[in-house]
Amino acid sequence: MTTHLNEGQQQALKCAIQEGLPIDSRPYLVLANIIGGSEEAVIHCIEKWIGSGLIKRFGIVVKHHSLGYTSNAMVVWNVSDEIVDELGEQIKQSGLVTLCYRRPRRLPDWNYNLFCMIHGKNRDQVLAQLDELIESCQLKDVEHDVLFSYKQFKQCGGRYHNLEKANSHG
Amino acid sequence: MDEIDREIINQLQRGFPICEQPYQEAAESIGISESELIKRIGYLLEDKTLTRFGPMYQIEKAGGAFTLAAMKIPEDEFDKVAEQVNHFPEIAHNYERTHELNMWFVLGTEKPEEINTVISKIEETTGYKVYNMPKLEEYFVGLFFKV
Repeated sequence: MTTHLNEGQQQALKCAIQEGLPIDSRPYLVLANIIGGSEEAVIHCIEKWIGSGLIKRFGIVVKHHSLGYTSNAMVVWNVSDEIVDELGEQIKQSGLVTLCYRRPRRLPDWNYNLFCMIHGKNRDQVLAQLDELIESCQLKDVEHDVLFSYKQFKQCGGRYHNLEKANSHG
Repeated sequence: MDEIDREIINQLQRGFPICEQPYQEAAESIGISESELIKRIGYLLEDKTLTRFGPMYQIEKAGGAFTLAAMKIPEDEFDKVAEQVNHFPEIAHNYERTHELNMWFVLGTEKPEEINTVISKIEETTGYKVYNMPKLEEYFVGLFFKV
């Protein structure tokens, strides 16, 4: 059985790659040597995890602040439950938002159920992108609010064992 | 950062090959040599342009849980409460935002049932209500930052 990893090896592989893929010409071979499996089995296993959705993305993760994306707004919408999924799909496909989720309302204090994030290099760029979104998805009559962030208090590094926190938005 | 770095960042945010010599394959599509790609990724990690290079797990499938939560904190109490909230190791990012609900944070736990426990503890510690807003549906975009 050289093409399959046992449970212990799979667990070890998850831990080994959370630190990052080895910067080596044969990174999967390096990992295979660490966990005591074959290169072929490591490749097969990672492909399987991507296929099953356990790994939702495999590549580089950027620090968006250092790339100049310093402004972000959480834009929230009050959409009727019947069309919220349809609208969520449209917003996603617009290419203008970085994240889009449906969440519960918390009445009476919070009556928005569709959340998206717009990142930009400054506040004006974020607002211009929002205008474009409103135009392209015909949202001008939908009740909404724009919550800019003006201070970030905490961001920790995203790893498997502390659950990818830095890169998730709940 | 030059044009080649930009190309690397834009391309590799979308994915990385899974084959025996993935750097070689990625380098070819960027139009540079394998050794140059390896060298540049090393630099970009070193100067912290990249936070990580590898997998992003779907936490729910790994058995864990996440939620977004908000609180309504008076201005003069804000820093104190922020400190109390951030003290919990389960808190990921925490932003002050422009709304009556002015504190927004993501919390993650290794087991789904721990979310409510942590929320209760935060309410107990701070004396303020936590509005829990877990995701019900994700319209998956694929976080991408063009440079």
